[in-house]
Amino acid sequence: MSGAPLLSVEDVAVDLPTPRGPLRAVDRVDLTLGAGRTLGIVGESGCGKTMLSRVILQLLPKKAKLSGRVMFDGEDLARIDRERLRKLRGRSLAVVFQDPMTSLNPVLTIGTQLIETLQEHLEFDAATARTRSAELLAAVGIPAPEQRLAQYPHQLSGGMRQRVAIAIALSCEPKLLIADEPTTALDVTIQAQILDLLAREQRRRHMAMILITHDLGVVAGRTDEVAVMYAGRVVERAPTPSLFRAMQMPYTEALLAAIPKLDAAPHTPLPAISGRPPDPTRPIKGCSFSPRCRYAVARCHQEKPALTASRSADHHSACFHPIQMTAGVDA
Amino acid sequence: MIEPAARSASAEPLLAVENLVVEYGIGGKTIHAVSGVSLEIARGETLGLVGESGCGKSTLGRAILQLRRAVSGRVLFDGEDLSAMHGEELRRMRRRVQLIFQDPIASLNPRRRIGDIVAEPLLIAGTTDPKKRQELVCETLSAVGLDPALVMGRLPHEFSGGQCQRISIARALVLNPEFIVCDEPVSALDVSIRAQILNLLEEMKARFGLTLLFIAHDLAVVKAVSDRVAVMYLGRLCEVGPSEQVFARPAHPYTALLIEAIPVPDPDVRPAETIRVGEPPSPIAPPSGCRFRTRCPRADQLCSDEVPKLRAVAPNQSVACHHPLT
Repeated sequence: MSGAPLLSVEDVAVDLPTPRGPLRAVDRVDLTLGAGRTLGIVGESGCGKTMLSRVILQLLPKKAKLSGRVMFDGEDLARIDRERLRKLRGRSLAVVFQDPMTSLNPVLTIGTQLIETLQEHLEFDAATARTRSAELLAAVGIPAPEQRLAQYPHQLSGGMRQRVAIAIALSCEPKLLIADEPTTALDVTIQAQILDLLAREQRRRHMAMILITHDLGVVAGRTDEVAVMYAGRVVERAPTPSLFRAMQMPYTEALLAAIPKLDAAPHTPLPAISGRPPDPTRPIKGCSFSPRCRYAVARCHQEKPALTASRSADHHSACFHPIQMTAGVDA
Repeated sequence: MIEPAARSASAEPLLAVENLVVEYGIGGKTIHAVSGVSLEIARGETLGLVGESGCGKSTLGRAILQLRRAVSGRVLFDGEDLSAMHGEELRRMRRRVQLIFQDPIASLNPRRRIGDIVAEPLLIAGTTDPKKRQELVCETLSAVGLDPALVMGRLPHEFSGGQCQRISIARALVLNPEFIVCDEPVSALDVSIRAQILNLLEEMKARFGLTLLFIAHDLAVVKAVSDRVAVMYLGRLCEVGPSEQVFARPAHPYTALLIEAIPVPDPDVRPAETIRVGEPPSPIAPPSGCRFRTRCPRADQLCSDEVPKLRAVAPNQSVACHHPLT
């Protein structure tokens, strides 16, 4: 990577007011992403991964308090005016959400939604926008694109709807695509097709992508770098091969071990992580994973470990006792 | 270890589904949800049922429990035909068969206390003594890893998804059933919680001597808990066999496709970019012959002309395919 990264999230924190007191959804996160690169953000529900994506898109709840900087292509997204932001969103910054049924407008045809985007951001005339829309649908693998333009979202299957959402996201050739659990609602065979599609378009367009998921399996073969989040913080960040080959953080290790393996015999007990993530309104003094960590010692319960380079310059982890592994991940 | 297949061959199966057909009418059209499925589950066995959304796996589970009546076919539980039962007779039978749902939060009444939710099946089944009920509820809640004193007076919204699923499991276990249909019990849960619930189900199965039908779309999850696995596509069974064998040597192209599509948590395993086989057709107008033929790389004229019958390809492994892989 050379020059300034396309996206740089600097010391970002998000506090949400709740009846039980402020909830720190994102806790001092630093991330960078170069043009054309893919970053995977992995974590369980409530770990702050979606809130972090909303920071980048500036789609935070009204009452949320944000601190830190979100530099995108030379501009701080947290500080630019609404009009500029509206221009960036959809044009250079695009998003694909988990549930295509709720992200598409149910009362507008697929065509209207695509054409509208193209006219708004690229100032195409109606005929050009229509032709381009059909091309986009064809590019994302939708058969009979001309006819699909006249259909409504409910007339399509979940997989097809997600393809339409991707077509809309790609329509203005964005520099960064955020895919927030794009395949969680889909079947495994459709998931593979959608992930392939995203990877192909990402390479073809030299677009940067953030792939948010709870499944380490999804990021393994499809990202350059992975950030693992737990309780609002990034607890491990590394180039994907390095993460899987020598994970440092006990949470990452436990998360991987808890996935049922196809090559394990039936009825093999799974190494489950005991307990559950901490209540975000009751912050833990030490490492937030320490109550569930099998390696935790007294210091882990007292002090919060910082995210530091541990194994190599680009492999960071937030742990006092990073796991030392030489080769392979054997759960 | 008892060979599950040997067990199913020797003993009378606890559950036998014979040529079951379930259809839904919608707007004048018929959805062929289950089209002639036959299977057996031996006592103490876990049968995993896998397939994509809309393949009819949940409908099959519900039809077994008579929550959805079949158009034709029979469901024999312990030798008795559930499909011929009605009213009180069926209600009595239902004590022995229970269901665990996918969405643990939606399946609990948000306005009732956990103690009452878990006690309800007992009340319906006629356990009139409140002390006895209380005792059974406490016992079952402890068994699923919850502290009865802490949870009984609370409401579902005070619990996480994983804990709600524990409560659902307790509600299913409280009548001491013999057979439980688990309909995607871990699909809505996070990875770390999913492992806890899968382990709990295995523990409960051993402790209460249960027989399970485990429905899921995730093959790795199904394999983790099942002795045998049945693969379903558009209302029909494609393949049935011991889980290990089916996963090592799938005979049906659809089973192979499902296995290939699982994301592997290893960056050295490059995802196969060959899975370009579209989506399942509509169950309103399923393809003629083999229903998988429109997505199948091996399909030929025979596949559109003739419905493949389920036949043995290996010991205990059957496949419904004209051109099986093994």
